[in-house]
Amino acid sequence: MGRIQLKQVRKAFGEVEVIPPLDLEINDGEFVVFVGPSGCGKSTLLRLIAGLEDVSSGVIEIDGADATMVPPSKRGLAMVFQSYALYPHMSVRKNIAFPLRMAKLDKAEQDRRVNAAAEVLNLGPYLDRRPGQLSGGQRQRVAIGRAIVREPAAFLFDEPLSNLDAALRVGMRLEISELHERLETTMIYVTHDQVEAMTMADKIVVLQAGNIEQVGSPLTLYREPRNLFVAGFIGSPKMNLLTGPEAEKRGAKTIGIRPEHITPSSSGGDWAGKVGVSEHLGSDTFFHVHLEGREEPMTVRAVGEVDLHHGDPIWLTPEEEHIHRFDAAGLRIA
Amino acid sequence: MARAVSPQKKLITTIAAWAIGILIFFPILWTILTSFKTEGTAVANPPVFLFFNWTLENYETVQERSNYVRYLWNSIAIAGGSTILGLIVAVPAAWSMAFVPGKRTKDILMWMLSTKMLPAVGVLYPIYLISIKLGLLDSKGALIVILMLINLPIIIWMLYTYFREIPGEILEAGRMDGATLREEILYILTPMAVPGIASTLLLNFILAWNEAFWTLNLTAVNAAPLTAFIASYSSPEGLFFAKLSAASTMAIAPILILGWFSQKQLVRGLTFGAVK
Repeated sequence: MGRIQLKQVRKAFGEVEVIPPLDLEINDGEFVVFVGPSGCGKSTLLRLIAGLEDVSSGVIEIDGADATMVPPSKRGLAMVFQSYALYPHMSVRKNIAFPLRMAKLDKAEQDRRVNAAAEVLNLGPYLDRRPGQLSGGQRQRVAIGRAIVREPAAFLFDEPLSNLDAALRVGMRLEISELHERLETTMIYVTHDQVEAMTMADKIVVLQAGNIEQVGSPLTLYREPRNLFVAGFIGSPKMNLLTGPEAEKRGAKTIGIRPEHITPSSSGGDWAGKVGVSEHLGSDTFFHVHLEGREEPMTVRAVGEVDLHHGDPIWLTPEEEHIHRFDAAGLRIA
Repeated sequence: MARAVSPQKKLITTIAAWAIGILIFFPILWTILTSFKTEGTAVANPPVFLFFNWTLENYETVQERSNYVRYLWNSIAIAGGSTILGLIVAVPAAWSMAFVPGKRTKDILMWMLSTKMLPAVGVLYPIYLISIKLGLLDSKGALIVILMLINLPIIIWMLYTYFREIPGEILEAGRMDGATLREEILYILTPMAVPGIASTLLLNFILAWNEAFWTLNLTAVNAAPLTAFIASYSSPEGLFFAKLSAASTMAIAPILILGWFSQKQLVRGLTFGAVK
């Protein structure tokens, strides 16, 4: 079981309130991602759940029991740190066995669980090495191994992939998702990378300045961002935001349209502009288009290779049903 | 870094370095040499350097007159005891200062250091009286505690700088893995800080071994360490330089040998934090 509830949880460091009172419910077996720009309080929120920081007020419940004042070692949660935080003086085997040793499990059971974890994570050949002799990806696996052996109520991941190179990151992302499929244990995952959030989460919690901006499934956030912040944060490349006559025409202060919901054409369309920088990815081409009377370029996706060059005239036609409308306060107009 | 160094310059610097090194070591060398002279040659004018009749008679006399082994044992017990006791107190203290610092942690650290600036003789009177009242004069236990307290600021400071180098996340990982505070310090922090703890141990052992003020003032016979052993060969019986030198050599030999073999550890300990 791993149901976690935050009730009016607030955190202040001295005078500075980093997390204003917030409520959040995480269901058993859910993969929840906390995402937001750096300094938004997502790591602090995770550390509050872990017990590594004390809440200033509010209640944290784990499986219905009040855990607010329970020390981290007794909360039954396991954590994977950004720096891996392996014990450098212990072999991989001892690192993974450490939580079991602390739980006073007998030696045979320790060995059994360590070997099982090593097999799942392909760490078999490295069990007698020290962390210093491993690569970044292997260290990350050891950190995960150390977390899974104790069969925790929930896993907490604090930006676990940000120290890995791009290729490894994609691989580890899949491995963690697969691990979640297999273990069906609650996982809370902190990242600033919205691609990680979109690809891994059952539920995304978007945070800004300690406030929860929106909670929902990746596709809900993509299709119906509650406000301008979520609209701009979720989706890659970013949603284009327009103000002025085009917005007013649609009864909004601001309208948003994603690059993939605009049809570019070299012959005619709704909005006329000139091609600026173009990014050719092979499968897609992203054009940065300068519209007349607009300073910021619009990003447009064209499928496949399109033969347009810097300075060429281009016309854009937005898909009306995919236009998001926001009011003066930045909130979505339904 | 590429630098043009002429052979002459190299030669001059080398000679200068050796000269300074020999100058610093000379008193110890002279003491050792004197210990092998007769009392006559020891005070000869002009002094003789190497060409004299080498003799072991001073060592024989010193052996006959005093129980060297008892003094040696007292020195080991006092220096070792105060260092180990100091570590037991300092490890948790340094842990809390390094990992859960409060608003006043820096001030406390500075204040602790300031106690080292107090001349020891300033508190001789109260401590001497307290020792008499408590019947602790000439006891090893009292000296162990007093020397521990005197060196405690240095032990805490050294451990503090070592602990600061250990990433806090590793200790947090330990907490998440179910370690209690005691287990966290015992199984994670201490093993990771072993090099630092070793040099702290070494330096404080040497400091306690060489400590002469309190060991001389608070001991008579039973607890007297090697400092008292040397002192017993000075002035009262006139100037027996050769015997005094023999006693000194015997007193400093163990610590000199220990220091020689642990040079690396000591230098690392003292420069830690300055250069990584």
